Amino acid sequence: MNNSIRTSRTISKTIVYVVCIFLSLLSLFPFWMMFMNATRSTFEIQQNSIGLLPSKFLLSNWKVLEGKSFNPMIGFMNSMIISAGATIGAVYFSSLTAYALVAYTWKLRQPFFTFIMAVLMLPAQVYSIGFYQFMYQIHWTNNLLPLILPSIAAPAMVFFMRQYLLATLPLDIVDSARIDGSKEFYTFNRIVLPIMKPAMATQAIFTFVIKWNEFFLPLILLTKKERYTMPIMVSLLRGDIYKTEYGSVYLGLSLTVLPLFVVYFLLAKHIIAGVALGALKE
Amino acid sequence: MIMRRKTISYAKYGYIFSIPFVLTFLIFSLYPLLYTVLIGFTNLRGLGFTDIKVLEQPFENYKLILNNPSFQKSLFNTLYIWVVGFIPQISLALLLTAWFTNRNFKVKGQGAFKVLIYMPNIITAATIAILFHTLFGYPKGPINDLFLKMGWIDSPLNFHIQTWTARGVVSFIQFWTWYGNTMIVLIAGVLGINPTLFEAAEIDGASPRQIFFKITLPRLKTIILYTLVTSMVGGMQVFDIPKLFLLGGPDNATLTLNVFIYNQAFSGTYLYNRASAASMIAFLIIVILSAVMFRILRDKDAVLRRKWEREERRRQRVEAREVNA
Repeated sequence: MNNSIRTSRTISKTIVYVVCIFLSLLSLFPFWMMFMNATRSTFEIQQNSIGLLPSKFLLSNWKVLEGKSFNPMIGFMNSMIISAGATIGAVYFSSLTAYALVAYTWKLRQPFFTFIMAVLMLPAQVYSIGFYQFMYQIHWTNNLLPLILPSIAAPAMVFFMRQYLLATLPLDIVDSARIDGSKEFYTFNRIVLPIMKPAMATQAIFTFVIKWNEFFLPLILLTKKERYTMPIMVSLLRGDIYKTEYGSVYLGLSLTVLPLFVVYFLLAKHIIAGVALGALKE
Repeated sequence: MIMRRKTISYAKYGYIFSIPFVLTFLIFSLYPLLYTVLIGFTNLRGLGFTDIKVLEQPFENYKLILNNPSFQKSLFNTLYIWVVGFIPQISLALLLTAWFTNRNFKVKGQGAFKVLIYMPNIITAATIAILFHTLFGYPKGPINDLFLKMGWIDSPLNFHIQTWTARGVVSFIQFWTWYGNTMIVLIAGVLGINPTLFEAAEIDGASPRQIFFKITLPRLKTIILYTLVTSMVGGMQVFDIPKLFLLGGPDNATLTLNVFIYNQAFSGTYLYNRASAASMIAFLIIVILSAVMFRILRDKDAVLRRKWEREERRRQRVEAREVNA
């Protein structure tokens, strides 16, 4: 009796591990294929497209890639400017707005908060046509600003920051700063922002990744090659000029994944904790 | 009295500190939204078009869009791709949640599994779409080679020209990039449940299966419905994957709402007015579906609360009777 329970336990434990290992491999397999094939020649890939080990054609693949329109450095720089700018803007001004909602008593405070809750889920793609026409009229297409400035109004982040402030900011501190003669804006920058650091870090990671991966708006706004972001650069690999250059397509894809991999595996613990935290705010 | 004057004098900073948010929202969200609504009623089409007029029949664009077979198909595709991706997504996430939160058996290496399972979620969707396009290549491609080696198929499959395989791969990518996220959210939900509930159930001799279905699952209802709503809102807007995987093809099988809107406005036809009308219809659908789901969510909660209150009253009555006796 005891034995049979133990065997059935062992079996179910084995199933758990087998499934978990299978799912982990399922996450890794496409990227492993990608990295390995990036080092293999088109001929090798056509002979056998599953290469589990690296080959020695990385340089020749790079030469083919570089000789065409794909330019990872330009994409990297533009994506960096947009993601960094948008992240700083979103984190700073969301904190400021959240502070306005928590630290001060004003007449429109509750209506304003209700409004933020109402637009929390408003998807930007719904008004993309009007946005594009507006930018077209003020000659802001092929400009990085329309991809950065809108991040200043990030309702979901304001909501998150407000919850954080309500839980962590002792209003006494603000009062004593006032008694010491600190101006309101100075108090926010010097006393409140440092308290918000953990929340800001979590939100910054996600905003950065989301902006880095953004595709729709850059695709409609940026038509000049020197303004392309990383995802737009990637979409060039889909074109006919790379039709038979499998090795370089894999290499181009690898170059866009590599920075994300580095960031992810360095910060994985914080990122996963951030996803969990985001769920609990509900 | 002094306190009151103090709060009044600082109130203006509430307004001042909200100005950047409000201005940005007005300029970059509200104005474009109203402008999109307006364009939907006009004849705005083509590049550099300046003579914009509201149509004599303002709803003409809406009529044309609603009767457009491609639009109808894109609506169907969007829902289809979302449902086929979401069902395995939530099921697998629940299963993994049950395993990773099992109190009798701690899965070793859990942290590493979570890191790997969540990983696809942060990789650029554009990259993933093109990577899968290449992996599912025909007649030679890693997936075809793998399936042939395993003996699952006799000859290479052309995933890119069959409706069901093309849509299936898009759904699979959606599932594969999101089930890890759902799992993390659900695990956080389980960890938020009061542990004494589980302890009490264990003392009463409940099996892990009973605990999961009778305690964990009912307590997760709010989070599951929240996942459902956010996934649906995201699913209605899916663009990067279908756009880059097969450009909406084959035969419009992966044409989603947003790919349709993009094609109307930006791929040579410049029908901004019809694209706007289509956006507004999509928006309306999102609002209605979310409202329906929130209604269900709230009603379920209200039903539970009423039930609890009823039981509470009954308990009090019983207690009162016992006291009297």
